[in-house]
Amino acid sequence: MEDRIQRLSGQAVMMTARSEQVNAKHLKKYAQRLAGVVLLAGAVVLTAGFGVQNANAATADDLELEPLIVREPERREVKIERLDSENFELGAFGGVLSVEDFGSDVVYGVRAAYHITEDFFVEAAYASSTLGQTSFEQLSGGAQLLTDDERDFSYYNMSVGINVLPGEAFITDRWAFKGGLYLIAGIGSSEFGGDDRFTVNGGLGYRLAATDWLAFRVDVRDHVFKSDLLGESETKHNFELTAGLTVFF
Amino acid sequence: MQRLKTIMKITIATRCRVLLACVLACNAMAAQAGIGDLFSNETPEVRVADPFLEMHTGPGRGYPVFYVAGEGETIKVLKRRTDWFKVELRRGANISKRGWVPLNQIRDTLDLDGEAIDFGSVTRGDFETRKWEMGFAAGDFDGARTIDGYLAYGVTRNISLRLTGTQLLGNFSDGVMGTVNVVMYPFPEWRVSPYFTIGTGIIHTKPQTTVIQAEDRTDEIVNAGLGANIYLTRRFVMNFEYRRHTVLSSRDDNQEINEWKTGFSVFLGKQ
Repeated sequence: MEDRIQRLSGQAVMMTARSEQVNAKHLKKYAQRLAGVVLLAGAVVLTAGFGVQNANAATADDLELEPLIVREPERREVKIERLDSENFELGAFGGVLSVEDFGSDVVYGVRAAYHITEDFFVEAAYASSTLGQTSFEQLSGGAQLLTDDERDFSYYNMSVGINVLPGEAFITDRWAFKGGLYLIAGIGSSEFGGDDRFTVNGGLGYRLAATDWLAFRVDVRDHVFKSDLLGESETKHNFELTAGLTVFF
Repeated sequence: MQRLKTIMKITIATRCRVLLACVLACNAMAAQAGIGDLFSNETPEVRVADPFLEMHTGPGRGYPVFYVAGEGETIKVLKRRTDWFKVELRRGANISKRGWVPLNQIRDTLDLDGEAIDFGSVTRGDFETRKWEMGFAAGDFDGARTIDGYLAYGVTRNISLRLTGTQLLGNFSDGVMGTVNVVMYPFPEWRVSPYFTIGTGIIHTKPQTTVIQAEDRTDEIVNAGLGANIYLTRRFVMNFEYRRHTVLSSRDDNQEINEWKTGFSVFLGKQ
């Protein structure tokens, strides 16, 4: 852009210079002719006193400047910001979540990511599951620690991911897919048993691109929170294994 | 009572999620820079100015180079992902190749009139004139952990409006808080840019189920604070903030609460 401005202003300067040149040339010509005209007019007035008009008209015709034409070349401006950019990733996933003391259960959720650079992305996720029974509940017979509503488990988190080890993955000799491993960690909240718990998550995953816009992902994540549901406040590790599809747009 | 509690719980959780969803949706819209642009994508043709242009199979350095376009050849730019561009090269009637090239290679490419193209890599100047900023933060709110999701809109270089949704996770009580703040940047051009902020909002707290105590409370809250944005690189910004909240409760005394937090955000758009 700067280049273009410079070039344009350069053109403008050249044009001004040129028109000045033209002006100077015409001015000189004009002066010469004017002198001629004055002499001629003087002579005519002195001798006969007529024919002045004719002489003047002829000179005016000669003096008329040819119009200066400025032609701006037609621009085909390239606007990169109007390119289709596909930095968002949106998808759904399902898998198994093991909640400490409560066993493993099916989990499903959605996620949205924004890819900031080739290496980094930020992601928000929301998922839900239903907890099973603790060993205590199973052994004691009838005792219930939580109501059915309180067994609904859900979490959301916001994480930062870093793509590592990108490369092509070959499935037989015929197909090569773009893929890559990523490490991801973040914070969020888990809700079950009537309370929200501050949760830190971390893990890794693999993203395999089927096409430019469709990717398959597998994730292994640990969700860590403190819980005092069973008496003492303890740090709980909850592992999750999921697979899902995402689209880029 | 149990039923009421459950309903209350659901509303709070829903509110929190709705706010998060809003933040994400706004972010998406901001990034696309206007709905109109969504449907008017262009695929400009450009001319290779470097001696050669390496075409990768995917948008990343890990994907191999499979074809090379030469100087003076015309390529069509199809789309972009982060700093990679998908291009199409046609050579005669039979050869048509599509591959990805990085910004640093395509940067010197010319348009068909021979003019340089502005590929607009992101710099600190863009941070100064950002339109949208979206991020999350974590911190301490009088002993409780907090998680923030926030969206800021830059009105001018010196003033922005910030909408924050906070989830409070304490040992004895949980809560949610929503605030609207005006943020003033006296030195927007500094890499570490300090700011002042004042705002107001609503806080809702409820005791943990393991604590036997009074019922849920909803109060208005006003706050004032100061902080600093630190421009890291590209579209990344980090920030530190201190806020002093005054909870306008119905009790005799107003409650004063200190909040400390650190956050991470990305910015988009241009004022």
